[in-house]
Amino acid sequence: MAMDVYLFYLLGAVAIAASVLVVGQRNPMYSVLLLIVSFMALAGLYVLLNAPFLAVTQIIIYGGAIMVLFLFVVMLLNVPREDPARLFGGSGTRRFGVALAVALAIELTWALRRLGAIGLRGELPDVSSVRLIGRVLFTDYRFAFEATSVLILVALVGAIVMARKES
Amino acid sequence: MNASVIAHLVLILVVFTCLLLSAAAMVYMERKVAAALQQRYGPYLVGPKGLMQPFADVIKLMFKEELRPKASDALLFAIAPMLSAAAAFAAFAVVPFGAETTLFGLLREPIELGVADVNVALLVIFAVTSMGIYGIVLAGWSSNSKYSLLGALRSSAQMISYELSYGLAIAAIVMMAGSLSLRQVVDGQAGYWLHVIPRWNVFPQIVGFFIFMCAGVAETNRAPFDFPEAEQELVAGYHTEYSSMSFAMFFLAEYINMVTVSAVATDLYLGGWHGPFLPLSLGWLWFLAKAFVLLFFYVWMRWTLPRYRYDQLMAFGWKFLLPLAVVNLLVTAGVVVYLG
Repeated sequence: MAMDVYLFYLLGAVAIAASVLVVGQRNPMYSVLLLIVSFMALAGLYVLLNAPFLAVTQIIIYGGAIMVLFLFVVMLLNVPREDPARLFGGSGTRRFGVALAVALAIELTWALRRLGAIGLRGELPDVSSVRLIGRVLFTDYRFAFEATSVLILVALVGAIVMARKES
Repeated sequence: MNASVIAHLVLILVVFTCLLLSAAAMVYMERKVAAALQQRYGPYLVGPKGLMQPFADVIKLMFKEELRPKASDALLFAIAPMLSAAAAFAAFAVVPFGAETTLFGLLREPIELGVADVNVALLVIFAVTSMGIYGIVLAGWSSNSKYSLLGALRSSAQMISYELSYGLAIAAIVMMAGSLSLRQVVDGQAGYWLHVIPRWNVFPQIVGFFIFMCAGVAETNRAPFDFPEAEQELVAGYHTEYSSMSFAMFFLAEYINMVTVSAVATDLYLGGWHGPFLPLSLGWLWFLAKAFVLLFFYVWMRWTLPRYRYDQLMAFGWKFLLPLAVVNLLVTAGVVVYLG
């Protein structure tokens, strides 16, 4: 049990530290890589939550597919290093962003404090069964599942249409 | 620490060492088979029959100067080969290679041959392989060289494209076995049909096996799909700027990936450690033999087939292999549902 707690704090610390560094990096390449580290730590947390299927899917989809795409974009566009930013000041949008971030932080703290009062009780459900996940996806959530797949198809076709040169 | 934990640690060490040695053995086999196919002798001076040649190669590489292009990104340039090698080793961790055994009565309790038995092993292999792409992409980018960058782009595009067919071929097997655990997939292949034909997945899934092997060769960037290293166009692809041990690490990763793909193919399609004549406790010999045949096939193919053109490779992957994999998956699903 103690081992679980140590691992939780270790992975949580890695995830938070990596996420903070993602924002703090000047070089977008490093930001992308740190985001991958953060995703990995999250996957580790999923394993601790008794959901290895979710963890592996997280690595395959977010850590693998999506981040490779990010990396490609950053690599090919050759995004320049960002100028050092000042926390307050600068343009109006930046000030607005700071205000929003502070609001979000306050909201999150409030939500987490409430959650602390409720607490997580009882045994964790075993969600590692792929069979179970498949069944739920295709019965209880069939509309959302099918609608998402159609949406993704539309996006795919749209991307190809937009990328095609007029001949 | 009890005996089974120690046995497990020893097993991990043995697997790690064997993987390292298998890379050396593959280098030797590659050079010898290539020589035989081209009517040359191949390495024969170092050690009996040139057997020590791979070790001589390693020593040579170790004493070479480590070079780094001035304009490269030092940190990522150093990390990239390690990432490649680490991903290659990690993938093998979930590959089982033998049934329960007491190692000729050496242990009181039998252990299962395989580093970790994970119930989502197939997905773990998938996840770790997709991590290996980062090693290549980072190597290409951090080298700050056009050859490296283009080589990395090509090889990652290739790996991503073929991963789809690879996954769909595996999905058909998962449907048949009803499990994502490699050990259960293997155990589902025990026994015989009509007392003669082994119940290996390769027979009902011959199309799947073809797709898996094609995609496997492309995933490991081997000839005839070795564009990342197409010398005429890209010098040496993503590892153009690498030298000494970091160069060696990329090669180590490539050979270990080949071993892993062959081992996984053995588990998925060729019945793993099940076979006639030998008791189940010696089944790992069957496993080794089958994996060796597949590895030999890899080398044989490299020195027999010419390289495709890049657009041909992409067309083959997307327009032929992927539709074939989808059809294979649908047919398999239909049959599985029909048979209940």
